[in-house]
Order: sequence, then C-alpha cells, then structure tokens
Amino acid sequence: MAFNVKINGKQHSVDVDEDTPLLWVLRDVLGLTGTKFGCGMALCGACTVHVDGVATRSCVTPVNALQGSEVTTIEAVGKTVAGARVQKAWLDHEVVQCGYCQSGQIMSAAALLASTPKPTDADIDGAMSGNVCRCGTYGRIREAIKQAAQSGSKGG
Amino acid sequence: MTDLARRSFLRTGAATGGGLLLSLTLPLTGGAQAAGDGPFAPNAFVRIGEDGRIVLVMPYVEMGQGTYTAIPMLIAEELEVTLNQVRLEHAPPDEKLYGNPLVAGVQATGGSTAIMASWQPLRQAGAIARTLLIAAAAKRWNVAPEACRAQAGEVLHPATGRSLKYGALAADAAKLPVPKEVALKDPKDFKIIGTPAKRLDAPAKVDGSAVYGIDARPPGVKIATLAQSPVFGGRVKSLDDAAAKAVKGVRQIVRLDDAVAVVADHMGAAKKGLAALKIDWDDGPHAKLTTDQIARELEQATLAAGAVAETIGDTAKALASAATKVEATYQLPFLAHAALEPMNCTVHVRKDGCDVWVGTQVAARAQAAAAKVAGLPLDKVVLHQHLIGGGFGRRLEIDGVTRATEIARHVDGPVKVVWTREEDIQHDMYRPYWFDRLQAGLDEKGRPVAWNHRFAGSSIIARWLPPGFNKGLDPDSVDGAIHLPYGLPNMHVEYLRVEPPGIPTAFWRSVGPSHNVFVVESFMDELAATAKQDPVAYRLALLEKSPRAKAVLELAAAKAGWGQALPQGVGRGVSVQHVFGSYLAQVAEVEVAKNGSVRVRRVVAAVDCGIVVNPDTVKAQIESATNFGITAALYGEITVKDGRVEQSNFDTYQMLRLDEAPSIEVHIVKSSQAPGGMGEPGTSAIVPAVANAIFAATGKRLRRMPVDPAQLKRGDGR
Ligand code: FES
Ligand code: FES
Repeated sequence: MAFNVKINGKQHSVDVDEDTPLLWVLRDVLGLTGTKFGCGMALCGACTVHVDGVATRSCVTPVNALQGSEVTTIEAVGKTVAGARVQKAWLDHEVVQCGYCQSGQIMSAAALLASTPKPTDADIDGAMSGNVCRCGTYGRIREAIKQAAQSGSKGG
Repeated sequence: MTDLARRSFLRTGAATGGGLLLSLTLPLTGGAQAAGDGPFAPNAFVRIGEDGRIVLVMPYVEMGQGTYTAIPMLIAEELEVTLNQVRLEHAPPDEKLYGNPLVAGVQATGGSTAIMASWQPLRQAGAIARTLLIAAAAKRWNVAPEACRAQAGEVLHPATGRSLKYGALAADAAKLPVPKEVALKDPKDFKIIGTPAKRLDAPAKVDGSAVYGIDARPPGVKIATLAQSPVFGGRVKSLDDAAAKAVKGVRQIVRLDDAVAVVADHMGAAKKGLAALKIDWDDGPHAKLTTDQIARELEQATLAAGAVAETIGDTAKALASAATKVEATYQLPFLAHAALEPMNCTVHVRKDGCDVWVGTQVAARAQAAAAKVAGLPLDKVVLHQHLIGGGFGRRLEIDGVTRATEIARHVDGPVKVVWTREEDIQHDMYRPYWFDRLQAGLDEKGRPVAWNHRFAGSSIIARWLPPGFNKGLDPDSVDGAIHLPYGLPNMHVEYLRVEPPGIPTAFWRSVGPSHNVFVVESFMDELAATAKQDPVAYRLALLEKSPRAKAVLELAAAKAGWGQALPQGVGRGVSVQHVFGSYLAQVAEVEVAKNGSVRVRRVVAAVDCGIVVNPDTVKAQIESATNFGITAALYGEITVKDGRVEQSNFDTYQMLRLDEAPSIEVHIVKSSQAPGGMGEPGTSAIVPAVANAIFAATGKRLRRMPVDPAQLKRGDGR
C-alpha cells in the first residue's frame, strides 16, 4: 500500500510494504543515497536520520511508523543550525577518511547539539558510541563536536 | 637533474579536444613493472586543456587514505599551480579518450604504495610540463626560456611584464620535444608539499553527495541481495522460492550453482525475499571444518623446516653457548575486513556489452573478471570507478565483481548486488591465521645472541600475484620478520606456506607486518623481561646501526613519559618497526580492570616516513590505523565451526567505538628521505604495544590475539 512520508520538507507517497525500513525508501525508492547502509540491525549508525529532530536508525524504522513525522536526512541537515555547524567543524578538523560513516556521524552529532548545546565528554560518548567508524576517526569526531558546540555558544 | 632520456616513463602529445597531454607510467603494487622497463604502457595522465584546466587521471583509488589530495600536491608543486587548479579523475581501466591501453602489470592501490611509487614520476611529470610551457611561451615572445618563470598557472616574462596562462600555451607545448633533463625543486623550496592541505574529497563527504559504489543508480536499476553457500565450496541442493516470489517488490530469483540472489525494486524487498527463501545446501568437503583443526595443521607444519627467508651467522652454535634460552609460540586469528560499505557491485550485461559500477582497488582485474563471466571481449566492458567506503585490502579482490556479473547475466537491465553485512562478514577473504615458533638465546648480560623464528600460514601473493612467490617465499608473508632494525648477530627465519582448506585468504590492512611485527615485538619484550631490563632501553641497545628507528623510539618514549609511575592495573607497552618504508614507534598506555577488560587510554606515536607530503594525512592515517589495530587486538577474531564462519554482524564481530577510543598523539620526525607508506604501519605497530602494555600492567604475556579478558581477571574478578 502507499504511504505518505515527509522527507526534508517534501511529501512523498511510496508504494511499499508497511514494514519496509525507511533506509531503503530513502536510498532505493527516492534516490537519497547520502544515508548509508552498514549493518541493517541498528548496530553501526551509518543509516542515522532525524525523525522529528531525534537521531533514528532508519534501517530498523518501518515506513508505517512515520505517518505525520518529519524526516531529515544528511542532504538537508545543513539547513539546520546545528547541522551546518557540525558540517563546518567536520571540515575544519578534517574528520573524514573514507567518509562512508560520516553521514551517520554528522546526523548523530547534529541531533546531540540540537538537544544538548554544551555536551560533556560523557554526553558525546552516549550520543556517538552507536556510530561505528571503521577508519577510526573518533578522536577528530570528538574534537569537531566540541568546536561546533563552542561556535554555538558564541552565537555564531 | 634527472636523466629522463634513459627512462621512457613519460610521453607528451596533443590532448583530445586540444591542449597538452602527458602520459606516464606509475609503478603499482605487488611487483608490477617499474617505470621505464618494457614497452611504454601509461597508466596516469596529466591533461592541461586550452581552457587552462588541469586534470590528473591516476590509477590509485581513494579509500579514505587521502591519496586524492596527496597525489595532486606532487604535480601541483612542480607545475607551479595551486592545489585547487588541479582536478582529479578516476582512471578507468581502459581509456579510449587517451588512446592508450592502460595498466602496466596490475592496476592496484594497496600496500601503502601510492605516495612511495609516485613521488619521483609525478614530480617529474609536473616539472616536464612546466618546462614545456615555459619553452612555448619563450618561443612565442622570442626570448630565452631562462628569462621566463612559471607561477600560479601562468608563464611570466618579468623583464617585460608579459604573461600567458597555461591554457593559452598548452597546444604549443604539446608540439615540443620532451626535454632530456629537468630540474626538480629543492625540498626547501616546496610551497605545497609538507603543508597540511585540506582534503579535496571532504566537502562531498559531509553533505551526503559523495557517490560510492553502493550509491550507483543507473536508470532502471534493480536491487539484489544474495545468500552464498554458508560453507565455502558448498552448492545449492534444492530451492523453494515460492514465498520469496510472493513478496511485494520482488522481481526475480536467480539461482546459481553456489548462491541464490533475490532481485527486487529495493533492498527492503530483496532482504525480505531472501529471508523467505528455503534453500537446502550441499555443504561439500568442508562441512566439518573448524578453526582448531586449521590451527593444529599449522602447528604441526612448524615442526618441520621451512623455506629460509633470512639467515645471519649461526644460530645453532650461538644457542649452544647461550647463558639463557627463551622459547615461545604465538598465534594470530583469521580476521575479516568489515569495511563499513558492504560489498556491492552494479552490473548491466547486454548482448553486445557490459557496464560495471564499482569501487575497486584493481580496476583492470575487475574489468577482466566481468568480461570473462559475461563472455565479452575486454573492450566491450566499461568500468565506472567509484569511491570506496573503506578498502583495507578487501577491494583488491574481484570476487564481488564476478558474483555480481554472474547474477546480472540472468537479469534484463542493470542490477545492483548488495551483500548484507552478514554475507560480507561470512564470505570475506580473511587475513590468514598464523602459527609461530620462536627461540632465542641470551648472553650473560641478557643480550640476544641467537634468534630463530619459524612460522606457517597462507601466502596471499602465491594466489594473487603468482610470479611473486618463489622458492617457497613471498615478500609479503615475511615482511616485518626479516631485515629487522635490530642488530642481531645470529638470526634465522623460516616460512612454511600452508593454505587453510576451505577458507579464502586475502590482504588485510598492513598484511604481513600485521602478523610479524606482533610476534617480533612481543618476543623482543619477552627477552627484555627475561633479561630484567627496561623494554625501551633493551631495544635501544640493539638499534645502534639503525639511527632512524632509534630516533623514533626515543621520541615516542620521551613524549609518552616512559618510566613515570602509573596507577595499579595500568601499564605502558612499546613497539618499534621498519615496514612500508617508514619507521614507527608506538607507546600504548593500557588499563586492565579487575574483571579483565582492557581499555587503551592513550597512544603516543613517533614516525619517520621520509619527506612528508601532507602532515595532516600522515597524522590521520596513524590515528586510523591505530584504532584499526586496537579493534583487532581487543575484538578481532573470525572462527569457523561446521565449516561456517561463526561471526555475522557488528554484535559478534565487534568494532572499537568512540567511547573506547584512546587519545592518540602523533609526532613526526623531520626527514629528507624519500617518502614511505603511511596507510598501514600504525596497524601492525599498535597490537604488540597493547600486548606489551598488558604485560606491564598484569605480568601476563598474551601470545595470541585477541585479548581474552578471562585470562586477565584478578582477585574476585569484579
Ligand atoms: S545500517 Fe542502520 S545502524 Fe547500521
Ligand atoms: S570515515 Fe571510513 S568508516 Fe568512518
């Protein structure tokens, strides 16, 4: 049956089984390939998106659970204040290597900063340890989040 | 001055669409032909268009190691352009545009070779292009070339203030003969090399626009996922696909001899269809295989002599008169690559041609693999290279391309074959299992007077590049076990090639050294402990002939605060190595909890990798490789039971996570030597440093990896 999902501010009607994970609707049906597949079991965070601002693993989020929700993906997170700050901090700290995990990392970090503008190290651990980076960019991720939080507190 | 006449590694000519084209041969991994030997077979191109755009086409692929930034730096430096004037393109396996057959030997990115191999030729290419452009300008102005100079993409004639952009000179330059000699810059005049240039690939990787192989979407593409025989070498006995076909969005089931694929509109439907398949497998000859059985075979093998990789002096004699003897055996497990981008490949097979969309470290082999399966001539297969979401050696193999093409042959239109994480881990080609025997003799002062090392395991080179395997030896398997930086008066190293039945093996980040450095540096630590000497001081005394190794060890120890007191349960461990042309020492600070769980708190690395092209890339690579090695040390193990790999996803094959990652400091030793590789050394060095730190903290020597917390439990274990 067809489902209505609102993604990055736009309504889409998709005709898939109700239990189809959002990840495949994004990547394969709508062509929003910035959201990545890593494990399919909520173990790696590569598929992280925002559902009503909350970091959510799209690989285990069925499309029928999204009626009336707003989904934001990496393609549009730069339009949010926290998202733009995180992206800039990521570039300033040269975080990326292969880059494959980074969409998910950025989505997790942006959701963290939106809810906790001045995260402690423990906050960062809590929000980010569900995101695997096989290239091991963790040190830079932590630094970049701290910078993004700083730039937020300065109002810029 | 470099004599270019002798070396036919470069040619120039007019580019398609106007401008100057330089074609050159860059040496590649694994004994591929060196520049200048044999017929001219270029694999890299520099094109200066009449619009002034500089495009570099190169055979190395970006997997996260920063190659796409470091390589253009080499060209830009000598060509006198800014980094943002150079644009990089993937090298296709066969480039009609350039009218030349590509690929000398094997087109591959691996073994930390990219910078090492391109250091000379790319700078020379840049210098030649600059010389030609200056000559073209001088001719046009009717002045001496010496009176002109190049700067920021222009040729200037300072005396008259005239200038011409490269684009306006490119066509003329293409008609000039290649100069016999060009001067390369003195390193002290470098403007770009040695600066922390920003990664060119970063912006697209933070906004989701970077396109990896798994993101390929040719029009009409279907998505497939697959189940391969859970036991290597097994086959499909019978298949009931009725329920799978009934899943909404499932279009087709493809049955192969040893795999079944579900083709669907999207991966959600394909996975659901896969789960609904009822497949009866014939497990074949390896149905009962276990890891223990493989380990026992390797252990047995090391009772007999192997091929001699290195021998110095007479260890038998030295051992006979040694004051103390030390013996130990070591074992290392199979490891999966687990790149975060799961295996995938998109293929469109037609009667008259085939397109392949994939991220591969071996484009030419991938093209050949598709051609073979599709039954088409090579020139009918077009390969579209993509970014790789982590290679680590896995994309040096073409099994994924072969598999996808086998499936695509049965599908009308393009099909993207995406492996589930479970398939990716259970049908990897693994870092080999190794079994090692070591024996040393110490004199009365505790110095090693004899060193015997014999080990058994799979030779990847023997399969991957057969001419590289000679007289029972290959350069990778013994890398890190021979030519040690230490001055050992009597030393003897033997290798036995033993292939595990039913388990395919492959290169894995830092390959041979990932095994040998662990064994050598752990055993060296055992010798220091036997001699009751400090592990750093013990090593330094053996490094007199190896000043670069000594310098990195001293630096790492000093920066780490070696010798300063630590709380109970915390220890420091050290390792030093010379592999991939780079010297690296690491000090790990490790905390062992009462329940035996291990946390790496801090890592200090000191590296001498010759001239540094991009210092930030060097740091990033060491950070990356260190976390990769810690993952292996703490968690990495693939085990086999009933012929099946027991691990399947990140719950059973764990990755280090952000809350467990140590702080990592990297100190770079200034050097004017040619650059060494940096993509891999950190992985081999950190594992023994962690094991040695655990010894310092607990007094327990770990002779196999990964760390087993049960072995480290203290007291009541809480
Ligand atoms: S793909 Fe969703 S958490 Fe890994
Ligand atoms: S950058 Fe490669 S997995 Fe994180």
